Amino acid sequence: MIAMRRWSVRHARGLETTYRILERVFVALDPLWRRLGYRRVEAPVAAVERVVKGLLFDCRMCGQCALSATGMSCPMNCPKNLRNGPCGGVRANGNCEVDPDMPCVWVLAVQGSGRMREGRATIRLVQPPVDRRLQGRSSWLAVARERAGSIR
Amino acid sequence: MIFDDEPVPGYPLPILPGHSSPGRLERVLRAGVFTVTTELDPPDSADPEEVYRRARVFDGYVDGVNATDGSGANCHMSSLAVCALLTRAGYAPVMQISCRDKNRIAIQGDILGGAAMGVCNILCLSGDGVQSGDHPQAKPVFDLDSLSLLQIARMLRDEKRFESGRKLTFAPRVFLGAAENPFAPPFEWRAERLAKKVAAGAQFIQTQYCFDIPMMREFMHRARDLGLLENVFVLAGVGPLKSAKSAQWMRTHVAGTHIPDSVIARLSGAQDQAHEGRRLCIDLIHELREMPGVSGVHVMAYRQEESVAEVIERSGVLGGRIPWFPERDQQQQPERIDS
Repeated sequence: MIAMRRWSVRHARGLETTYRILERVFVALDPLWRRLGYRRVEAPVAAVERVVKGLLFDCRMCGQCALSATGMSCPMNCPKNLRNGPCGGVRANGNCEVDPDMPCVWVLAVQGSGRMREGRATIRLVQPPVDRRLQGRSSWLAVARERAGSIR
Repeated sequence: MIFDDEPVPGYPLPILPGHSSPGRLERVLRAGVFTVTTELDPPDSADPEEVYRRARVFDGYVDGVNATDGSGANCHMSSLAVCALLTRAGYAPVMQISCRDKNRIAIQGDILGGAAMGVCNILCLSGDGVQSGDHPQAKPVFDLDSLSLLQIARMLRDEKRFESGRKLTFAPRVFLGAAENPFAPPFEWRAERLAKKVAAGAQFIQTQYCFDIPMMREFMHRARDLGLLENVFVLAGVGPLKSAKSAQWMRTHVAGTHIPDSVIARLSGAQDQAHEGRRLCIDLIHELREMPGVSGVHVMAYRQEESVAEVIERSGVLGGRIPWFPERDQQQQPERIDS
């Protein structure tokens, strides 16, 4: 829903903070995830993630979330799946070339990133090509597993 | 400009120190002269002669010819094939690669294949959406975006490996380019986007049509402030407008085209609108030539390709220089054989 996408971009700073806390919680729960087995919790966690992020961002569950580097505007909603910035076809009113009724996700991303603490720096990072195998998997668990692994 | 090490047409030039490709376009840009590139409209045909006929209209006026890759999401002869034909004759094509129609397996194969056929310049694009072309029912691929395509092309060249990590036995020696549109929202972030492209490997950019000099200047200022202009050659997009009506049509139908009202007014006030369109194009080229950081122009004259030579001739930007074309050095050939 586009109204929710706009809300998320307007509240990008608050969401950035929420995400930081959420990440700490997920990393702290690493022993629990390991006891239950990351593979076993994958499906239920992914289902929750799908609902929450679906509501806030129209999340497409690419499984490699880049929201913190895209001003809380999900780049997978771009019809060209552009993860590194807008294409040259953005309409003069800031709407999408492909879908004239949708605001360009990158016009929103630039607005959102300006409101975040680290958004202006992270939006400059070059995002690698998408790993299509991760489609449908939980980004939250993947981050928890990676961060906890690097701390351990 | 005749190089001392001019090869037999169809063979590569030696790669100079600090250069990445054995191509003419990189040579000319790095020599610091005002450079001209243009766009070849690929035929809806399997006849190679149609490609050569379309290339010949630019002979003596351009340093590089872009072979478009299904531009506007319309189906035509592939850019790889057009380039393979052009390199055989010695031309310096810029192979456009769009992410719309191919995944990373196909694209990496095309980069190797293109380089093997003598392609020295690659332009990495996201591509127009399928809805704008003649096959709106097609599946849009977009496995990569223009930046990850640049990264992968640079990886093939500099790290001699595929994205998968598998090693190449011989790297594609290519000069890498990208597109930028300083005239589309979010304006304030367009130079940052260019910075990302440069970080991902872009060595030259060709911009979307420039009809708004103040906006272009603003973009160039930002690019300079970000320290980009030492690291990337900027070819500003220009093109002759046929009439006020076609300018109106372009700005509503061609994605990302920004044409100010003053331009439309200038055209509609003229008696011969096509002539005025070419004069406007020449005026823009003159203003762009004076703009710091602009290395040349990319002339797009879709369906009026024959006007490119006239516009460049009358603009005088080549300063008497004759870019290479197949027959250019023929008069000198006998002398070389005699000596």
